[in-house]
Amino acid sequence: MEVLSNVHAKNLVEWSKNRSEVVVLSGDLTSSCEIKPFKETYPDRFFSMGVAEQNMLGFAAGLAREGFRPWLHTFAVFFYRRAYDQLAMSIAYPNLPVTLVGFLPGIMTPGGVTHQAIEDVSVLRGLPNMTILDMGDATEIETVLDAVEEVNGPVYIRMLRKEVPRLFDRNEPFKINKARVLSEGTDIAVFSSSICTEEAMRATKVLKEKGLSIQHLHISTLKPFTDPLVVEALKKVKYGAITLENHTVIGGLGTCVAEVMAENAIGKPLVKLGLNDTFAHGATQHYLMTEYGLDSISLVKGVEKLIGKSFNITEKDLEEVRIEAVSTHDPDAL
Amino acid sequence: MSEKYSIPEIQKMANNIRRRILTLTIDRKGGYLSQACSSADTITALYTRIMNLSPSEGPAIPPKFPGVPGPTNMDYPTGAAYNGSTKAPYDRLIFSPAHYAVVVYSALVESGRMSPESIDNFNIDGSTLEMIGAEHSPGFECTTGSLAQAISVAGGIALARKLKGEEGRIFTYMSDGEFQEGQTWEALQAASFYKLDNLAIIVDVNGQQLDGYTKDVMNIEPLASRCEAFGTRVFSVDGHDLEAIIKAAEPANDGKPLVILTYTNSSQGIPMLEERKPFLHYVRFKSDEEEQKYIDFLNQM
Repeated sequence: MEVLSNVHAKNLVEWSKNRSEVVVLSGDLTSSCEIKPFKETYPDRFFSMGVAEQNMLGFAAGLAREGFRPWLHTFAVFFYRRAYDQLAMSIAYPNLPVTLVGFLPGIMTPGGVTHQAIEDVSVLRGLPNMTILDMGDATEIETVLDAVEEVNGPVYIRMLRKEVPRLFDRNEPFKINKARVLSEGTDIAVFSSSICTEEAMRATKVLKEKGLSIQHLHISTLKPFTDPLVVEALKKVKYGAITLENHTVIGGLGTCVAEVMAENAIGKPLVKLGLNDTFAHGATQHYLMTEYGLDSISLVKGVEKLIGKSFNITEKDLEEVRIEAVSTHDPDAL
Repeated sequence: MSEKYSIPEIQKMANNIRRRILTLTIDRKGGYLSQACSSADTITALYTRIMNLSPSEGPAIPPKFPGVPGPTNMDYPTGAAYNGSTKAPYDRLIFSPAHYAVVVYSALVESGRMSPESIDNFNIDGSTLEMIGAEHSPGFECTTGSLAQAISVAGGIALARKLKGEEGRIFTYMSDGEFQEGQTWEALQAASFYKLDNLAIIVDVNGQQLDGYTKDVMNIEPLASRCEAFGTRVFSVDGHDLEAIIKAAEPANDGKPLVILTYTNSSQGIPMLEERKPFLHYVRFKSDEEEQKYIDFLNQM
């Protein structure tokens, strides 16, 4: 498996090259949100807005009304917690093409509870006109910008930074409201998102070796949530579904799946894994994923609960799983 | 800048606005009457002398509510059409205290941008002339009822005009209560930092808010020195002195956002409102006798 660093930093500079309408606004987190190269390359299109997120959102609304495409960068919490009213009234209500690139989704940071966006999807799903995207790997980060450009309205991206794995083929770009089918099967459906997908891939590989037939979908669009692949997956499986997300289990991916099940009268058990209606605290990502049950062994236990059977899988079994490298070929270079 | 209205004519139009809103307040058993008293002069001056606006592009009688904005509804007519073109070199008005909406609607009527009978639709179900305006309401370009958001949006528009090298000024009209909001100061800080001298912030300092006198609810003074300290060019004027307001609004191109503090009286033109001070946010008559007093006053206005 290939691991890349600072994917968004490099990609945004290249992508913005011939897009003079793209402007970047920073809430005093320029290097932390990987926009220092943008600032250095296009100083005239970079706007330092200081630690003043409410005003930053308003300025972005004004710029968007004048034909610019503002891309705002700060930690996710400061968009939806600090400046929710401004997001709702200045940006979402008029459906302006403002993109909020929110870093540190879920438990990504030792920065603790003030910096961890654990209920952002829940909060923002209720906001009309929003599109909510959740990045899972380097390929998604590299290709999400093209998808966002096509959206008529505001977009919130749960962005990943620094070291990011490439889980998905470079030739299969991010598509809005389109799940990635990572394995086909008929016993259970697994839905995973964000950093949890890599964990889920480890777990499903071992579970499949034990004879379980798994339909595994990686979800990277949480609003809209109308992908027919989700319904198909839920309908075809025998035992039920399990969700694993880097977010509280209330209002995020698990809730999205539950709503689809209810609306389509799919009467099967659902196990929702994620932060179990709790805040987290400051510690490393690995530590927190273990502590709060966002890791592969938690998924295995969830599956066992779902189907009422033990597979005798150990953490060592999961650690030994190798995730195969995918194509890293850039289709644009063809 | 239009010179076609003289000071006495503007004064007369402002008084007409007060009369129209008193009429509505009586008809509808309540209204934002004191806001009309404090702001009518400045808002009329903005529409008739200060702002460089092209003719209205909105229908004389506003259409019914066109639905909320969304991916499938982005081309609906907005209230900005009544202020003319939003393109350079024309000025823009981003109106902040949306509960003053009836003053804006009345100013549009007085300045010939909307038909007088349109006012009959004020606060009627399905009408765009809502009690607290939003961006579908005549004269409104943005949805600003949540206070202190307009100044930031206006700042963004002013910055965009600068980036594009375009002429024209961005006016935002604010109420003094909005200077209790942190966002106002964030916006002043940023407007000053980006040298937005094409941004003009006109403030109705009537010293009153819902709970009473501003000095008792949460003091905001000294407003002029506070705004100056944030890097803006500040004028404090008598908000009922049209000459002073118009003079203060002249552009300076000095790299500083302009702040005009118009000190106003929220019973201006309707002196009997003094009796109700400091509770004037929304006027609802307490008795038939009181209502009759206002009807008698209206008849001799």
